[in-house]
Amino acid sequence: MSKMQGGVVFERVTKKYGSVTAVDDVSFEVAQGELVTLLGPSGCGKTTTLRMVAGLEAVTAGRVLIGGKDVTLRAANERDVSMVFQSYALFPHMTVLENVCYGPISMRIDKAKARELAREKLRMLGLADFENRLPSELSGGQQQRVAVARSLVLEPAVLLFDEPLSNLDAKLRRRVREEIRELQQSLALTVLYVTHDQEEALAVSDHIIVMNHGKIAQQGTPNSLYETPNSRFLADFIGDANLIDGELARAGEHASFASGGVSAPVRANGMEPGPATLAVRPQRLRVVDVAQGVVPGVCKRVAYLGSRIEYVVSTAWGELLAFDNELHPPRRRDDAVGIAFDPDAVIVLPR
Amino acid sequence: MRAIGGDVSLWPLLTASLIALACAYKEIDRGTAMAAGFAVAWALGTALIVGHSGPSFGWGPAIALGALTVAFARAIARRGLFAGDPTVATIVVVIAVLLAIFIFYPVAKSLLAAVFDAQGRFAPQVATQRLFTEDIWGLGCFGGGTRCGVAVNSAMLATIVGMLSTLLGLVFALVVQRGGRRYSGILKLMSILPIVTPPFVIALALVVLFGRTGLVTGWLDACCGIPRSRWIYGLPGVTLAQLLTFSPIAFMILFGALSAISPALEEAAQTLRGSRSRVFRTVTWPLLRPALANAFLLGFVESLADFGNPIVLAGNFEVLSTKIFFAVAGAQHDPGRAAALATVLLGLTLLAFYLQQRWIGKLSYVTVTGKGDGGLPGKLPKPLWTTCFSVAGLWIVFTLVCYAVIFVGGFVKDIGRGDMTPSFAHFVAGFGIAFDNKASMFVGSAWDSLFTTIEVAAISAPLTAIVGLLAAYVITRHRFVGRRAFEFLTLVSFAIPGTVIGVSYIVAFNVAPLELTGGMAILVLCFVFRNMPVGVRAGVAALAQIDKTLDEASSTLRASTLRTLREVILPLLRPAILATLVFSFTHAMTAVSAVIFLATAKYNLATVYVINRVEAGEYPLAIAYSAVLILVMLFVLLAMQLLVGDTRLGRRPAAALVTGN
Repeated sequence: MSKMQGGVVFERVTKKYGSVTAVDDVSFEVAQGELVTLLGPSGCGKTTTLRMVAGLEAVTAGRVLIGGKDVTLRAANERDVSMVFQSYALFPHMTVLENVCYGPISMRIDKAKARELAREKLRMLGLADFENRLPSELSGGQQQRVAVARSLVLEPAVLLFDEPLSNLDAKLRRRVREEIRELQQSLALTVLYVTHDQEEALAVSDHIIVMNHGKIAQQGTPNSLYETPNSRFLADFIGDANLIDGELARAGEHASFASGGVSAPVRANGMEPGPATLAVRPQRLRVVDVAQGVVPGVCKRVAYLGSRIEYVVSTAWGELLAFDNELHPPRRRDDAVGIAFDPDAVIVLPR
Repeated sequence: MRAIGGDVSLWPLLTASLIALACAYKEIDRGTAMAAGFAVAWALGTALIVGHSGPSFGWGPAIALGALTVAFARAIARRGLFAGDPTVATIVVVIAVLLAIFIFYPVAKSLLAAVFDAQGRFAPQVATQRLFTEDIWGLGCFGGGTRCGVAVNSAMLATIVGMLSTLLGLVFALVVQRGGRRYSGILKLMSILPIVTPPFVIALALVVLFGRTGLVTGWLDACCGIPRSRWIYGLPGVTLAQLLTFSPIAFMILFGALSAISPALEEAAQTLRGSRSRVFRTVTWPLLRPALANAFLLGFVESLADFGNPIVLAGNFEVLSTKIFFAVAGAQHDPGRAAALATVLLGLTLLAFYLQQRWIGKLSYVTVTGKGDGGLPGKLPKPLWTTCFSVAGLWIVFTLVCYAVIFVGGFVKDIGRGDMTPSFAHFVAGFGIAFDNKASMFVGSAWDSLFTTIEVAAISAPLTAIVGLLAAYVITRHRFVGRRAFEFLTLVSFAIPGTVIGVSYIVAFNVAPLELTGGMAILVLCFVFRNMPVGVRAGVAALAQIDKTLDEASSTLRASTLRTLREVILPLLRPAILATLVFSFTHAMTAVSAVIFLATAKYNLATVYVINRVEAGEYPLAIAYSAVLILVMLFVLLAMQLLVGDTRLGRRPAAALVTGN
């Protein structure tokens, strides 16, 4: 990525609250027209990072650039960004139209023109009939769209979303996230998006930045993060994973992983022999007869979920979670089974 | 500035002002900040601390000083303080300067009077003599025979009143909270009465009932041969009056605490096989303890600061607040003595507040969680319920009798002597209107003071609301260095007894450069800065209900702090603004302790007028006036309530105010 005109550049930024470091020397870029997600468990510094882009928190060290300009010392109302808040933060005493007009009027655009701009965005989001309602008279999904319209109307260089779906119920969440992605792609908006929900991040992002303890743990496309996590934390945080501690051994081209006295062939991916952790997605594990398996075990729990069967199998590698998406005839509890997997489908991580 | 006239002390001020102006023009923020800051400090320093004999401050210097203060605030904001926000910097600095001038300077100056002797010479040994005399600390009354010192009297009275009012408050809270909706009328009554009752009204009623010629006294004499006596004047009378006046406050605290105890806790205890009395003893009571301590300390402080009841009823039982008044206003006129007494009173009050903060702050159990627990408040054990119910019933009857005396007393010939012939004579004397040549004239003797009171209250109420809410806004919404200190400054005047403020204003503002005594301005200033803490608290509470992301949303939508304040915060604060207006208005109308020092013949206040009538023995007129005052305030309260009722947001209830989580 190069420093593109409209995007955000976050350069070696640190944020301290007294002696606590919330964000520790973080650098990243958001290119124009791209949706970048800050993902991480609560308290990882992702929201603080977003708020520093917005200008709602002052940075302790480092620089923030928006559209190529250094805005580190500018207040929130002097930055070319706008934000959709987790709570939406709609002004409860103003109608939908007044809420959406608020930004343009702050910028001293005259009232008639501001109203025109606002109506255009409301139409675009399918809210044309609601302009005279108060926020309290709208459903959660509608309130969310008003918040988006209110931010869009300023046509900011960067649009910020702070966990925008967390106040919606599960079904609506899926639809709204598709709407947001659709809107972002059709208007080529530059978006920085914060969430703690890895599935949401995988679904909407061009690029994901995973944060942990105030630092960037890994960044990349959704696909690369899921398929090639670079740490135990990443493998565990994005998607489900079985994590097995053991030893990596090598004999020429072939590598094998051993734990609890049972070893299996794996692809080493350049890892040196020694202590290692094996990460395996549950859907990559197959539950087979003992003879065909690499790791023998006993079936502990079986749950039939319709779309798949979930097994917990007790083995020398510990309890392994395995999904059977083909819905083979289910095995029973206490059945002796084997676990099999493709050596290319597992990831060896340093321990 | 008309004070400039060869006075050497003014040259540095003038130079600094010019430098500030030049730096501001050249946009050298550091220079502006230093020069303007120096100018303000120099002006206040020379005028207030060193003192000079020049002419008094007029509008000119006031405006110049204001401009310099604002320039200073904006310059330090641009230097990066207050997160670079000039609006916040201006609010904080201006309010701090005002508090310094109108609270800390007068209090400090008057307390310092204790170390100067009658000739105005510095004499620390005199201060020691004044502070540690038998008059203040004597314990004679416990040994038998002689009297106790005033401080001992005050502390004793305050302790008794604190304990008994807490007990009464608890009894009422239990009845109302656990008795179901039937008794919620009491709640309303108890929350309104203390607001609309001037502090001497109960004392008046007690005199009418139990004085030597009182109604009850006379009846007891006639029927049972109990001889007439003056028992009501002294500790018993003042205690009774203060209990009637202050137990509603204890009730409000304990009712809140009882309501905050989640019913689920008591239900849990019940399902664990606890009997009613065991549940009360082991769950309810322990959870109430912090609130009980709080109620006690508040009763203690209110009793110490009370002036209206003791001045009517104390007789030979001297307490600090009235003693201070007589030391200044009486024949003795001894400011040094008044200062020593004020120091003692302030010390006792601050000690109580200190204990409240230190001790209760750590004690409180928060039982309110975000999720509302269902469930019904538990029932009280039978014997406890019966006791509470009877005590509360008797006390309510007693209270009602007192108020009945006030409302009947103004319209009979002489209730104080038992003459119950209906008569409008007192009412006419006070509030007569003559119709003469088609023009009506307010000839009654009370009109002037009533008009002045309403005028002063009406001017000070909006000022109080503005200053208080602005302070609340910066305290709750902005992070800046010294925020906690600023919050403390805005709330501290709450802890200073009115009598101390009154004495201080008299001492500090009697001479140039701030010669304010005798005018109306000093009354307004006194009310604004005394009532400000309530505005701050109301504002803080209301702002806590308004999600901070609303400000942030406004800010990311390019609005300046000023626009956010005007368009988002103020409209949402309307209920709090109205509540503060009502409070400061009624408080200004009922206040006695501070303003009794400041009211003059020209600008007399209703309460002071009534006290003077009492002193002169004209009880019926005092009673009639009290009734009128109560009615005026009830009217204001009702009108405001109607107004507030209309400001609900939208067609759905105001729940929308709390957004987010």
